[in-house]
Amino acid sequence: MKPTNNILRHSASLANKVFIQRDYSEGTTCKFQTKFPIELESRIERTLFEDTVKTLNNFYAEAEKIGGQSYLEGCLACTTAYLIFLCIETRYEKVLKKIANYIQEQNEKIYAPRGLVITDPIERGMRVIEISIYEDRGSCGSSSGSSSVSGSTAR
Amino acid sequence: MHLGVSESMRECEYSQISTRSSTPMETPYKKKTPKRRKWESFPGRNKFYCDGRIMMAKQTGVFYLTLVLILVTCGLFFTNDCRFLAENLTPAIPVIGGALFLFVLGTLLRTSFSDPGVLPRATADEAADLERQIDVANGSTGYRPPPRTKEVVINGQTVKLKYCFTCKIFRPPRASHCSLCDNCVERFDHHCPWVGNCVGRRNYRFFYMFILSLSFLTIFIFAFVITNIILRSHKNGFLDALKDSPASVLEVVVCFFSVWSIVGLSGFHTYLISSNQTTNEDIKGSWSSKRGKDNHNPYSHGNIFTNCCAALCGPLPPSLIDRRGFIQSDAPQLAPPTNGITTYGATQSQQSHMCDQDQCIQSTKFVLQAATTPLLQQQSSEPVILTASPENVAPLPARTSLSLAGPCTSLPLGQPTPPTSTPSLSCHEATDMLPIHGHGHTHNHSHPYQEPVAHHHYLTPEEVPSPPGMLPCGSPLGHSHTMQAGFYNPASQDSLHEDSVRGLVKLSSV
Repeated sequence: MKPTNNILRHSASLANKVFIQRDYSEGTTCKFQTKFPIELESRIERTLFEDTVKTLNNFYAEAEKIGGQSYLEGCLACTTAYLIFLCIETRYEKVLKKIANYIQEQNEKIYAPRGLVITDPIERGMRVIEISIYEDRGSCGSSSGSSSVSGSTAR
Repeated sequence: MHLGVSESMRECEYSQISTRSSTPMETPYKKKTPKRRKWESFPGRNKFYCDGRIMMAKQTGVFYLTLVLILVTCGLFFTNDCRFLAENLTPAIPVIGGALFLFVLGTLLRTSFSDPGVLPRATADEAADLERQIDVANGSTGYRPPPRTKEVVINGQTVKLKYCFTCKIFRPPRASHCSLCDNCVERFDHHCPWVGNCVGRRNYRFFYMFILSLSFLTIFIFAFVITNIILRSHKNGFLDALKDSPASVLEVVVCFFSVWSIVGLSGFHTYLISSNQTTNEDIKGSWSSKRGKDNHNPYSHGNIFTNCCAALCGPLPPSLIDRRGFIQSDAPQLAPPTNGITTYGATQSQQSHMCDQDQCIQSTKFVLQAATTPLLQQQSSEPVILTASPENVAPLPARTSLSLAGPCTSLPLGQPTPPTSTPSLSCHEATDMLPIHGHGHTHNHSHPYQEPVAHHHYLTPEEVPSPPGMLPCGSPLGHSHTMQAGFYNPASQDSLHEDSVRGLVKLSSV
């Protein structure tokens, strides 16, 4: 995540940020809206974007799933007066690491070549997925439409 | 790519030498400041200990009372009664008592010291994006209606999400803003002074375990202290028994009064858990059928067992506020530089002490020069406003004084004090208020969102101002205040005005 950010920052300037909000239709479980934002229409294919968001939603659902493993973890923690969490990682934390790796991979392979960077939602309090849209500094002052061509050809 | 950065840095170095330059105020060299952890600049009213590992509410007096009560009562029980009971009944009594005591203490400390599920406040860009969306929804009239709600349908039930003016977010369902801690907390249950913390999503199970185990412990001690007295009075008589173990009286009294409240509380929370409600929702009657025929709790899993398991054995979400992380000073922000006057959320200001002193001296010179000539206030206020909210204001002042009356009066949009007919008066008010949050305070805090927050504060008069930048301050504004006093006539000395403007620009970013 960091290296991609630095590369983009030095050669491009931040033009805009798009925020994907949470989808609360199924309760308080972490889920993001898959609605495709207008600002990204010229930057990335709809299917790629939706795939990313759906995969993230699946990760979060897996982290928050209430089932056998979470019960076991909860009961074990209770019996040890929750001291066990000093030694082992909770399931949620393990999934968050997987999510961080996934986002970095997506940034490197798909989003950075298009001049976009996804910020991990955990850094924004799990409220939004922040997508930063970068412009090429070479075409500074021009509109986003023209620089998107150079962005995609850089891939 | 990398060259681009160093080139701009070299530009700034040259700006230090020329006295009449209007180049950006970015720092020419980075001074190595010790890295600060995020908890040190946490905006809420919490106290942190052990370098951010422990998080509590501001008022912790009652928590210490709880601790003292538990320790003293249990201490007396173990030293006073246990020996007799272990000898005459069974040694299992102190063992069970000890285990219960340790469990109670562990859960209490866990409840009190952990993050209840605080939602971090919105970044400047997020807040701006939300404001834009709300503007579009409202039709962008000048006046913003105070209540901002969003409706969502959760499992067939319509739920209203409220906008939090302090945190600049739409609160997720079941979240609430704690006025004592000044934070939005996820799945907010209540603020408990006895544990010295809010009870929310992340520490509710510890809280429940605490009150449950405490009720068992209280009943346990109560029962066995009574047993102790009865056994002793069989041997020696009642009065002698009381004389032999005087502490028992104290223990009985404490336990008697505690048992009612604690057992009652445990019962209440058992009911809440089994119906998957929070104290907040129960008190407000959010899901009561009295509100509507179809009103039901959309979060309930249907049966009591699943609800209990979900609340107590569900996955423990991580803390969202990252207390022990280091503050990143190089986060890019969207606020476009208007003639380079903007400061990137005051993070760069942390590194600018040395060269600022030179600029301060020069700026003060310009300011004092300008102060000796009659000056139009409006002109002086203009650059100050720019540092406060760069994205909203037109670029640097025009030459003529009259044209400035326009942007100045339009600035206090939605302020509680409407612009009066005399432009100079309203600008006086604006100058009074805006520099206060434009200046020194942006540099004392490393909140990137301080500046737009400061601007929007005036649009919501009912909100308690949390950023301390709102408070009037003395020092660097002394210069600008002396200038404002009574200078109402428009002046036409453009070059001096330019100098004073530049001086104020530099002064304001010190």
